[in-house]
Amino acid sequence: MSDDEKRTEAADSAENAQGMTGGTQHPDDVDEAARTRSESSPVDQPGKAGEPGGGPDQPSKEEVTTGGDARPGEQAQTEDEAKDEAEEESLPAEPEGPALPPEHPSRRGMFGAYGGSGDTSGYGRLVVRDANPVRGGSTPRPWPEELEKLGDDVSAALQEAGSTDTDVFEKVLVDRGQVTFFVKREKLAEVARIFRDDPQLRFEMCMGVNGVHYPEEIGRELHAVVQLLSITHNRRVNLEVTCPETDPHIPSIVHTYPSANWHERETYDFFGILFDGHPALTRIQMPDDWPGHPQRKDYPLGGIPVEYKGATIAPPDERRAYN
Amino acid sequence: MSEDRADTFTLNIETANEPDDPYAGVRETTEGPVYTVTGQDWDDVIGAAAAGEERIVVNMGPQHPSTHGVLRLILELDGETVTEARCGIGYLHTGIEKNMEYRTWTQGVTFVTRMDYLSPFFNEAAYVLGVEKLLGITDDIPERANVIRVMMMELNRISSHLVCIATGGMEMGALTMMTNGFRERERTLDLFELITGLRMNSAYIRPGGVAQDLPPGAVESVRGYLRWMWDHIGSYEEFANENPIFKGRTVGVGYLDLAGCMALGITGPVLRSTGLPWDLRKSQPYCGYETYDFEVPTWDTADSYGRFRIRIEEMKQSLKIVEQCLDRLEPGPVMVGDKKIAWPAQLAIGSDGMGNSLDHIRHIMGESMEALIHHFKLVTEGFRVPAGEVYVPVESPRGELGAHVVSDGGTRPWRVHFRDPSFNNLQAVAAMCEGSMVADVIVSVASLDPVMGGCDR
Repeated sequence: MSDDEKRTEAADSAENAQGMTGGTQHPDDVDEAARTRSESSPVDQPGKAGEPGGGPDQPSKEEVTTGGDARPGEQAQTEDEAKDEAEEESLPAEPEGPALPPEHPSRRGMFGAYGGSGDTSGYGRLVVRDANPVRGGSTPRPWPEELEKLGDDVSAALQEAGSTDTDVFEKVLVDRGQVTFFVKREKLAEVARIFRDDPQLRFEMCMGVNGVHYPEEIGRELHAVVQLLSITHNRRVNLEVTCPETDPHIPSIVHTYPSANWHERETYDFFGILFDGHPALTRIQMPDDWPGHPQRKDYPLGGIPVEYKGATIAPPDERRAYN
Repeated sequence: MSEDRADTFTLNIETANEPDDPYAGVRETTEGPVYTVTGQDWDDVIGAAAAGEERIVVNMGPQHPSTHGVLRLILELDGETVTEARCGIGYLHTGIEKNMEYRTWTQGVTFVTRMDYLSPFFNEAAYVLGVEKLLGITDDIPERANVIRVMMMELNRISSHLVCIATGGMEMGALTMMTNGFRERERTLDLFELITGLRMNSAYIRPGGVAQDLPPGAVESVRGYLRWMWDHIGSYEEFANENPIFKGRTVGVGYLDLAGCMALGITGPVLRSTGLPWDLRKSQPYCGYETYDFEVPTWDTADSYGRFRIRIEEMKQSLKIVEQCLDRLEPGPVMVGDKKIAWPAQLAIGSDGMGNSLDHIRHIMGESMEALIHHFKLVTEGFRVPAGEVYVPVESPRGELGAHVVSDGGTRPWRVHFRDPSFNNLQAVAAMCEGSMVADVIVSVASLDPVMGGCDR
């Protein structure tokens, strides 16, 4: 296959690059697509000019939205493809070697200076690769031995319940000796019950539910991670569910695991994920009338006025003047 | 409170007392009259109780002295019997997890140590083990650092259990257990001060190892402490084990069987009091616990008395582990060899307290520009941690303390969540207390040993 053919095919498959379709698509194709995209449009990142602040690693909120909207979104695909074709002639042949991970959805350059900001750091053209396994595809087998066994047990249990891996899981991630099943959200309650009741699995205890917010993952910004523990077989497993910010609903597992009650309330409190079927989904840490969900990435650290007997607390950076 | 808010609230409320204290006195609500007891108004409450029905709802806490901090128990009473019990938490929420997202990975240790303030070394260990797993350096931690970590954790387990037993005893009127327990705990904290420089909130266990090596004389001090503890730990058993008053207050109180523990995710001494020897140090070891010789004490009564006995036994096992640690201490590094992760400065005691050693400052300021750059980069920016997420549990004195650490590849955590055993175990209050007397609620909650700093974070 010539380079040109490869590139065309990659551009086609790039439509699905953000979809994370798990086992159905070969991960190499995704990588190839993203790599082609990133290399052909080097530095025209539409970051806001003169963006203040923002550390080298976690960009400020504005950067996330501007960069995130233009770079990984589906709308940007057509533009990129057009650019690909225009610049294809001038590109050097692709270097040989293993496929690189896709470009990071919200980061480019270093030190937060890029775009039209007059970047003199010399790092503005740096392409940051996204090696986050949470955004990648399924981990191909073979896994470590005990996780292989766990994977087989899960498949068998699902089969017994009249289902299959691909029916209920988006993907399965094995990373650093821990296995995380990305469960399709409408299947979570069903899967949790199978994980608890199947004699080969017997995850008797739910150790907790926790949210993570990835604002740059359009359409799957909010993640909820459930940690399960099997005392019978002495092993652990994580279930991860995603939902978009615009429709933050996840089925509750309280009816299977009563211990998830407070953990789901906490996750609702901090992330605004609505656990459907929870008996009393109210705030647990923050006051009942608190506006917003503090652990989201777009929620500021400090500066929230606090009412206490008529007093108002100024944001931290406005309390004192040191000059 | 703003004006319009006040208007909406006063629709149902009729303030009987003087209006300048809106929080005291009696208010009529849709649920019936609400009395806020502020002292010298007992006649009002008694009169109301005599006139009306027996069923009353009492807010016990968040300022009640026997609720272990700012725990609020909402008890529905029928006479002296609790018909419904619910917990209100969140009064000590300090946003530690949010704050950590704005600091480097190393600075995170200073935050997590303040969560569960009775077991700071366990918080640090869970977080640090998570960071090390993300970094992939779990196997590179020097042996001496691991031994010191285990030793500090076990000393911490003793001090934490001592507080549990001391305050739990005090709430039942066993004041000598309180005075003795805090005396022994004080000696444990003295060791922490000697070794880390701080009595609590030490920030001692760092990604890659521990902050500094044991100071001269530490091993002798720990040995002296062990002798003292072996001499005195029996006194608690003599006080309580066969004490009819103590047994009358604890036996059969706060009952929660194995099925209840499993459903509610309860771990730690509460789970072991049902007879299940589940201890992560044995079943899923970390920090080299599999090489130590100790036992997992259990009890089979599933009540507060069994939990007390288990805690005493666990302290003895911890003493055994600390002894083994002392025997194993070999000279060597206490920080991982990778200079891109290890903290560059060595600490030393100066005329104004603990700080960077003068040798190090001389080196970076006068001898090596590269060392200065290295120090500056690592201290201000920190190191990067490869993207991914891990969940790392450790066995804290209260049960499974899990750290869910998420990195996005940057120098700061993307998200750190603590699965704190106090938070989870407080869910059992309803199951343990409903149907019992009010006085038993105190004992039941004390046997759970909740620490609100960890619960609310």
